[in-house]
Amino acid sequence: MPDAPLGGNVKNSGRIGLWLGRNWVLLFLLLEVVAFSALGTRFLTLENIQNIFVACTVVLLLGMGETFVIITGGIDLSVGFVMGFGAVICAKFMVILQAAGLPQGASIPLAALICLLIGLIPGWVNGTLVARLKVPPFLATFGMYGIAYGFSEIISKNTPISGLPHAAGVIGNEYLLYIVPQKMVSFLVRPQNITRLEMRSMLAIIPIIVVIAFIFVGVFSFLLRRTRFGRHTYAIGGSMDSALRAGVNVTAHLTIIYMISSFFASLSGVLYVLKYVTGRADAGSARMLDAVVAVVIGGASLYGGTGTVKGTIIGALIIATLETGMVNLSIPYHNRYIVIGGILVFAVVIDQFFPELIGRRD
Amino acid sequence: MENPMLEVRSLTKRFGGLVAVDQMDMQVYPGEVVGLLGDNGAGKSTLIKMVSGVYHPDGGQIFFQGKEVKMVSPMDALELGIETLYQDLALAENLDAYSNIFLGREKTKPFLGFIKVLDHEFMQEESKKVLNRLEIEIPSLHNQIKTLSGGQRQAVAIGRSIYWNAKLLIMDEPTAALGVHEQRKVLDLVRLLRSQNIPIIVISHQLYDIFSVTDRLVIMRRGKKVAERITKDTTPEEVVGLITGSEEVERNNRPG
Repeated sequence: MPDAPLGGNVKNSGRIGLWLGRNWVLLFLLLEVVAFSALGTRFLTLENIQNIFVACTVVLLLGMGETFVIITGGIDLSVGFVMGFGAVICAKFMVILQAAGLPQGASIPLAALICLLIGLIPGWVNGTLVARLKVPPFLATFGMYGIAYGFSEIISKNTPISGLPHAAGVIGNEYLLYIVPQKMVSFLVRPQNITRLEMRSMLAIIPIIVVIAFIFVGVFSFLLRRTRFGRHTYAIGGSMDSALRAGVNVTAHLTIIYMISSFFASLSGVLYVLKYVTGRADAGSARMLDAVVAVVIGGASLYGGTGTVKGTIIGALIIATLETGMVNLSIPYHNRYIVIGGILVFAVVIDQFFPELIGRRD
Repeated sequence: MENPMLEVRSLTKRFGGLVAVDQMDMQVYPGEVVGLLGDNGAGKSTLIKMVSGVYHPDGGQIFFQGKEVKMVSPMDALELGIETLYQDLALAENLDAYSNIFLGREKTKPFLGFIKVLDHEFMQEESKKVLNRLEIEIPSLHNQIKTLSGGQRQAVAIGRSIYWNAKLLIMDEPTAALGVHEQRKVLDLVRLLRSQNIPIIVISHQLYDIFSVTDRLVIMRRGKKVAERITKDTTPEEVVGLITGSEEVERNNRPG
């Protein structure tokens, strides 16, 4: 039996159309880059490209959790405020542990770890509501949206948490590699004792928080693509009832899925603290929209069963490029919401009317 | 006589006020093909869903290989060796054929020594073998189920039910979506499995199929067992009468 690819006997023009249809997101990203490079100033520089990657980390991480949830046919509306919850918990524990006399090298990772553990709770609650008590995901996570925000405001006493260990900001704002041309290459440590001129020509390569984010993205991408867990995630999205009858423990699986989502949200919170050296309840408030948009323009269907990490990465880059480009062109920030909302509607319409374009898994 | 492979005693299932299966008793012996018959809504599918662990009985007992079993999930039934081909096929339409055949019981191989990853090659090879047994062409094992025809989907579902060396096979409308040639293949398969001493419960509305492969018939009406017949000692006419209830009325009116 020869393996005929899907649409194998489509005419050439049709094939190009199909390719365009399936890859319009990638083209859109390229178009964005070209447009902003032409219109803006110093857009295609190493520094700016790295800025885009830094800007995409939050959307990417929230989108990663959302990818798992959306593949199962659910949605997690709480990720933005769970991120704020994570940021507040993380910052609070850094302050507490520092006050308890712990050195920075211990208080920072310990606070991050505590935050990631506590951050599983909102997901466990969401998952239990959805999987065991059959509450529609939209409502369960919408409830958590409010609850997480309320708790964050209580913990932070309505003000950004300050007095964090100084080293937190170092991790969040430093780079993996520093190159001073014709002089030195430094790993992780920003070169000292260099002239102002050398400082200006110094290249800082790969922000540390981007590395942290992509390590987690890589691990969970592997989980989704190569393991039984990933396969069951797709199966549940395809038909929950069929997965159940095939012996998949759907209740436990869905609970874990929502815990993965809130794990990524609190991880975003931790990275927020490392970057801005503060924790605030509204750290990720408007980011839930971005996360859903990234996943959906990345090719996932809100009806469940499809979606890829690769798609979500491209989706997050589209949003980050847009954001960075608009700043570059001095377009007022609030316009981004209109554009991103518009892209979401466009992507959903494509999902609705051209379902054959969705369904790419690799 | 041999011990039954499967025995259900007074099995009952209610949905709200409706009694879908009422005090049902039934045995299936090794190497026997039992036809489970009844009109729509008679309770056949509910009965088999209790045996396959999908529904939890509200009363009664299930014995498998002589031991009472309490199944809390479909996986419990699968682990006992009870395989079910469901009427709606129970396939994940967004996955391909081999992923469906192995769904829930995926074969894995070690990666970097300690991580278990899917063994696609093994699953594809095995799926190819089991589908070849059915002699139903599937364009590609990599195509999503939703791109396949009804008959091809049915073949995938049947392939899944026979792959796992079932100790008891339940087939709910196994020939529904198939063409004449494929139907014959499936009936041959049923005979082959019986010759391997595997008991099978077949639900079908096709009386021809039922009469050509079963040894015994159990007839249900409104959740109850109304009759049991040895297939070769009865006729399609009598069976239709039992299914619809007219036979019973006739008999009651008969004098003596």
